[in-house]
Amino acid sequence: MADLKGINVVTTTLAVESDARRQSRREFIKRVIASGAVASSASFMGAGLAGCSPRRATAAGAVERLLSIDVNGQLRRVDVLPQETLATTLRYKLGLTGTKVACDRAECGACTVMINDVTHYGCSTLTHSVRGRKVVTIEGLRGPNGELHPVQQAFVEELSPQCGFCTPGQVVAAVALLKKNPKPSREEARHAMSGNLCRCAAYDNYLNGIMRACGNHDQISHQHVEMNHGV
Amino acid sequence: MLKDMMPHFDLYQPNTLDAAVDLAGRLGTDGWLLGAGQDSYDWLKNRTKRTPAVIELAGIEALKGVREVDGGLEIGALTTLTEIEEHPVVRERFRVLSLAAGRVASPQIRNAGTLGGNLCQDARCWYYRYGVDCYRAGGNMCYADTPEGMNREHAILGASRCVAVSPSDTATAVVALEGVMVIRSTKGERLVPAADFFVQPAINIQRMTVLEPGEILVAVRIPAKWSGASYYFEKIADRAAWDFALVSIAAVFVFEGDLIKDASMVCGAVACVPWVLKGSQDELRGQPRTAETSDKAAWAAVVGAKPLHYNHFKLPLMENLVRRAIREA
Repeated sequence: MADLKGINVVTTTLAVESDARRQSRREFIKRVIASGAVASSASFMGAGLAGCSPRRATAAGAVERLLSIDVNGQLRRVDVLPQETLATTLRYKLGLTGTKVACDRAECGACTVMINDVTHYGCSTLTHSVRGRKVVTIEGLRGPNGELHPVQQAFVEELSPQCGFCTPGQVVAAVALLKKNPKPSREEARHAMSGNLCRCAAYDNYLNGIMRACGNHDQISHQHVEMNHGV
Repeated sequence: MLKDMMPHFDLYQPNTLDAAVDLAGRLGTDGWLLGAGQDSYDWLKNRTKRTPAVIELAGIEALKGVREVDGGLEIGALTTLTEIEEHPVVRERFRVLSLAAGRVASPQIRNAGTLGGNLCQDARCWYYRYGVDCYRAGGNMCYADTPEGMNREHAILGASRCVAVSPSDTATAVVALEGVMVIRSTKGERLVPAADFFVQPAINIQRMTVLEPGEILVAVRIPAKWSGASYYFEKIADRAAWDFALVSIAAVFVFEGDLIKDASMVCGAVACVPWVLKGSQDELRGQPRTAETSDKAAWAAVVGAKPLHYNHFKLPLMENLVRRAIREA
């Protein structure tokens, strides 16, 4: 058990949390059983830093674990596992918890971030593949004095979010849309936002927010409210 | 709550094709080729498949972009679906491919997802993806083709033990346009017609394409033949975003006055491979573009279909898509 505790300490220093710890412990136990030795634990988390393989200190040609990535205009130096997703790195290593992880299977859009001004699912992007590209998260959208981004302000004014969990992803997707198409029609916006689920089904509210942000005020629709009044 | 941690793999990020080919040859079955990973990560996260090493191809600039070659196109396998959807030449001359690329999954997946990845994605069957020991996974049983199996999404044509369908939207368009796959390995380059690229379960139940371990799909060539042809693409799915097709159709036609001079029609999600409607094409050539002709073509499309318990609806759906393609192209 002492050895297992040792592993926990090492993984904690790498800021890897519960599930992965369980996973690495399971991997560790399997390896101990397979090899009959505990010595490999050292190279697993310690010396393994140099390379990217759990089995060898370095795999020839494989990526270096320490890398610098451009997040919200800052170059961040971070230790990244080869299989680590961008959402994990942002949330658990860089403290940027605005990016949400919900489905973790590219099926909901809560983890939407911009990479070189294009939307991507952070849960389905390897952090190692964003080297040399510009990552922008919801935290990177605020103004120099901390003021809301015009899209965020419009979302507030149009009461776009309901529970708010999907909102960071919706904001990032909307900002990326307006970068590409500064004055989208409601239908164009609906198409562009189709990769972001909202379980409160506040889609029309989000579209109203986008229409307000881009100045298409005539395409803001509050029909659903009137319908509710009619009931 | 760090739940998306995939099991360890060595990550290789070659930035030249030669390096990638060399790596793929060296690693063989141990080297999982990764486009944007939009299908791969599910397998790895769910631990239904594992790999000791991943070769990420996204850093190879030579595999990206659309080039005009001899009146046709050569599209790098790592070109994103968004790029294909929005490319002016694809839009103007091979619009059926642009439409197909634009109907894949969601905007974020199209921004990342590549043509090569979309063509090479694995079969869609929840039993297979759940990790059961079905035929395709090397076992001795199909869980979908059973009296109580959930097989609404499964094949009606060309099944052999496995009844999973080809999920790719772009595959239908590439096959309809008679594309040619350019495949590289340490042994050199080989060209495979798109229609022969996909493997039926009767031939090899454990793979979707002819790609051998160590081989990389580097480009898709679209010949000039169907440039500027009349086109039709439609994908029927339960949801407008994300979802895979229940039945899709990609069709190109050459009309001469009221006559149909030539036609190439391919249905997706009805068989394990993009299903070329040979019978329908034969019914159409040289015939007037009328309701009678399209009826004949529609009936020819479903000849030999064997629906499963829950997917009879695919027959009339397929027939109607054929009629609609002929009418509205």
